[in-house]
Amino acid sequence: MRYLPHTQDDIARMLRLIGAPSVDALFASIPEPLRLKRPLELPAPLAEAQLLEELRALAIKNHPQSRATGALVFAGAGAHPHYIPSAVDALSSRSEFYTAYTPYQPELSQGTLLSIFEFQTMVAELFGMAVANASMYDGASAAAEAVLMARRLTGRSRALLAPGLHPEYAQTCVTYLSGMPLAGGGSPIARLPLSANGLTDLAALREGLAAGDVACVLVQTPSFFGTLEDLAPIAEATHAAGALLCSVTTEPLALALCKAPGDAGADLAVGEGLGLAGPLNLGGPGVGLFAVRDKRAVRAMPGRLVGETVDSQGRPGYVLTLSTREQHIRREKATSNICTNHGLFALRLAIHLSLLGKTGFEALARQNLAKTVFARDLLAEHGLRPRFPGAPFFNELALAVPGGDADAVVRQCARRGVVPGVALGRFFPELKDTLLVAVNETHSREDLIRLAKSMKTIA
Amino acid sequence: MSTPETKSLLVQEAPIFVQSTPGRSGASLPALDVPAVDVAALWPAALRRERLPELPEVSEPEVVRHYTRASLWNFHIDKGMYPLGSCTMKYNPKSADAAAAIPGLTMLHPYQPEDQLQGALAMIHELEGYLARIAGFARVTLQPSAGAHGELCGLMLIRAYHEDRGKRRSKVLIPDTAHGTNPASCTVNGFSTVPLATSELGYLTPEAVKAVLDDDVAAIMITNPNTLGLFEERIAEIAELVHGAGGLVYMDGANLNALLGRFRPGDAGVDVMHFNLHKTFATPHGGGGPGSGPVGVGEKLVPFLPIPTVEKRADGSYALDQERPKSIGRLRAFLGNYGVMLRAYAYIRELGGEGLKQATEMAVLNANYLRASLRELLHVPFPDRCMHEVIASDHDLKATGVTTLDIAKRLMDYGFHPPTVYFPLVVHGALMIEPTETETPQTLDCFVAALREIVDDARQSPERVKSAPQSTGLGRLNETLAARKPKLRFGGEE
Repeated sequence: MRYLPHTQDDIARMLRLIGAPSVDALFASIPEPLRLKRPLELPAPLAEAQLLEELRALAIKNHPQSRATGALVFAGAGAHPHYIPSAVDALSSRSEFYTAYTPYQPELSQGTLLSIFEFQTMVAELFGMAVANASMYDGASAAAEAVLMARRLTGRSRALLAPGLHPEYAQTCVTYLSGMPLAGGGSPIARLPLSANGLTDLAALREGLAAGDVACVLVQTPSFFGTLEDLAPIAEATHAAGALLCSVTTEPLALALCKAPGDAGADLAVGEGLGLAGPLNLGGPGVGLFAVRDKRAVRAMPGRLVGETVDSQGRPGYVLTLSTREQHIRREKATSNICTNHGLFALRLAIHLSLLGKTGFEALARQNLAKTVFARDLLAEHGLRPRFPGAPFFNELALAVPGGDADAVVRQCARRGVVPGVALGRFFPELKDTLLVAVNETHSREDLIRLAKSMKTIA
Repeated sequence: MSTPETKSLLVQEAPIFVQSTPGRSGASLPALDVPAVDVAALWPAALRRERLPELPEVSEPEVVRHYTRASLWNFHIDKGMYPLGSCTMKYNPKSADAAAAIPGLTMLHPYQPEDQLQGALAMIHELEGYLARIAGFARVTLQPSAGAHGELCGLMLIRAYHEDRGKRRSKVLIPDTAHGTNPASCTVNGFSTVPLATSELGYLTPEAVKAVLDDDVAAIMITNPNTLGLFEERIAEIAELVHGAGGLVYMDGANLNALLGRFRPGDAGVDVMHFNLHKTFATPHGGGGPGSGPVGVGEKLVPFLPIPTVEKRADGSYALDQERPKSIGRLRAFLGNYGVMLRAYAYIRELGGEGLKQATEMAVLNANYLRASLRELLHVPFPDRCMHEVIASDHDLKATGVTTLDIAKRLMDYGFHPPTVYFPLVVHGALMIEPTETETPQTLDCFVAALREIVDDARQSPERVKSAPQSTGLGRLNETLAARKPKLRFGGEE
């Protein structure tokens, strides 16, 4: 086997030094009745050429978006694809980054540490926050960790979720808190009802906060329905009740144009960098983002942090810091159990944001918005109307389909090579008529016209 | 024995923001082929950003040079040995990277119709089956993103199992040799932990378990081989005891690389275990992640697995099952770290069952070879046997003032990443050394030779060891300063 260097001579020499008669003898501490006495039931080994053939055979059973085959995908819903420049792949696949371990030994890890320090800076900038951590697994687990952090900071137990929070994020919060039910039983996670405009209803929020036991409110913007929340009045109501506001952003590109959550009064901000960090890869790995507005809260944060310091000769350098919050030091008293995070995708996001830069990031966001406005107008001509009229949007549209069955529309368009979006009935029974259409810079004008036409033939 | 030359050309690299020049950009955007829009006409002022985020303004060549220069400051597995105990830093096959870069496998949206994802779902289903058969479980969920996420998942399954039987149990037994994630995962899950002392021989005993076992114990968490590198010989007896008291057995699978093809945890009474695909199955660590932490379970925990599961229908097609009424729910969005799963799938397919078994055999051979070589050099608290990793300590060097940390830093000057240090906590000044199977015996000899020189220096010229490293770009970093005055971003006001 090509990854194993040992020759028979090597093995014999090593066994002699060890003083063992055979390799089998090295496993003598496994009690006899527990030893596996038959081969593992796995497919036969493959040479590299055969292996890659097998995987290409799997690949042709999938339908990725492709100019060559004409397959077009307008699905977003928390996984928003963007074009990833070649330099991102070239740099992040350097084995210096890719095959390195967690930077616990700073003298051997300055490359990783510097890039994470940059990542923390960029994420804090996007959200308008003081400090961001070195990444979480994904946006959903980051949201759940934000709830846990808010409970630590406030000493309160409950969390309120805005109606526009990604349903899988809401499920994740409920699952994470399943071991911490309320004193009278029941989940500490409650969801505010879906309002007529899909946004957070201030009266419902105030009512939810009235008991004074809410640790935090989670509000997604742009929401799961693509619409923008005005965080400032939500922050005011939340703070008036002594709770913390956590913003959630599954499409950080919106932050080029949208008011930064920190500037609008959010105390915590979490998000998902998947679409800007890599190919969608069926939804993972991406990178969970986590930031706090008040740097005094940093000691209650989950996850790793990189800080600047100096070496023995006073030269600047970087280390993992404030690790007394973490599981390997604090064990059962840690702020979180997270250890391995999504560092490589934090690096990829930092490289992509560096390439885009201040102006490119804004220009990319403007393109997304312009194409989405164009798509909205085009689809309106074919009878698709905004499900939440009047609400401002970024690059995703919740549209009511003619005939009322969005799932049927998806199935029929898919037969024509177009995935027109995500039918929302699977998440919200009351939104069976709603199609969530995500548009981005990779969609040309012709693509958008084709999307609209694929609707027309059905209607 | 010669040791590698470690001098290299390193360029001091400041954060990329320092290079920013207003007006520069490395963006490549298509010409806008639809009418431009005025954001101010679309959105009210309250929603609009007033100040652009301060991203760097640099051209593509500057970005490439910056990150290339930064990367050269890293040690990595392609460059040298990483004997990090319990981290299993083995070679990452390039074929797995090639497999995971096939566009038809990667450019997939998780909410595309299932009939467009049949290749991806087939891979997930197959990989689940491989892992289940490797470790002896009924089913495996691939959703958790890392080992600690898998622990969280496993503990939730345990909680759900007990609650389904109408009982709330609040305690989890954890040996004093356990990884820090074990007790942390219990706390995050609302369990209290009861520490279990390891015997003088380094093992967990049924007697120690019996002494604290009662009907409030939800589970025991066992790492096997334990973090002293020893196989828990009485695991089956302990499992029987815990089961007898109505509890479950969780095994931390971080050290599974010692067991492939030799022992299946499910056969010894283990009810739930997490795998680390980024350890045992050779996927890269990426400078800290992403990993993947699948969780295998016996029959009685299957109903509680996270949603969705991937099921094979009678017609041979694959589908997601979201309707599992007893499921714990979900631990993240979408299906898990599919990009990592693809690499592990490729690794298992390339090696097959016999290849995996050989990998384990050579990993254990390498560790034992180091054990036999090191025991004349350093204090080895369990000198007679080990599985995939061996523990040494600075115990015999007390008089010299040289500590485990100094040894670790000095190893860098010889071109080696240090071992895991000061863990497990039960061995004072521990050096936890896991060579893995992909290192040659010659590399192991170099490692031992380096340690021999370090030990000699510790006795004769300790300052040489205490002032290490000298051949890295920077000397020892001041971690106290970093924690006392945290500066966590460029240009912050801290």
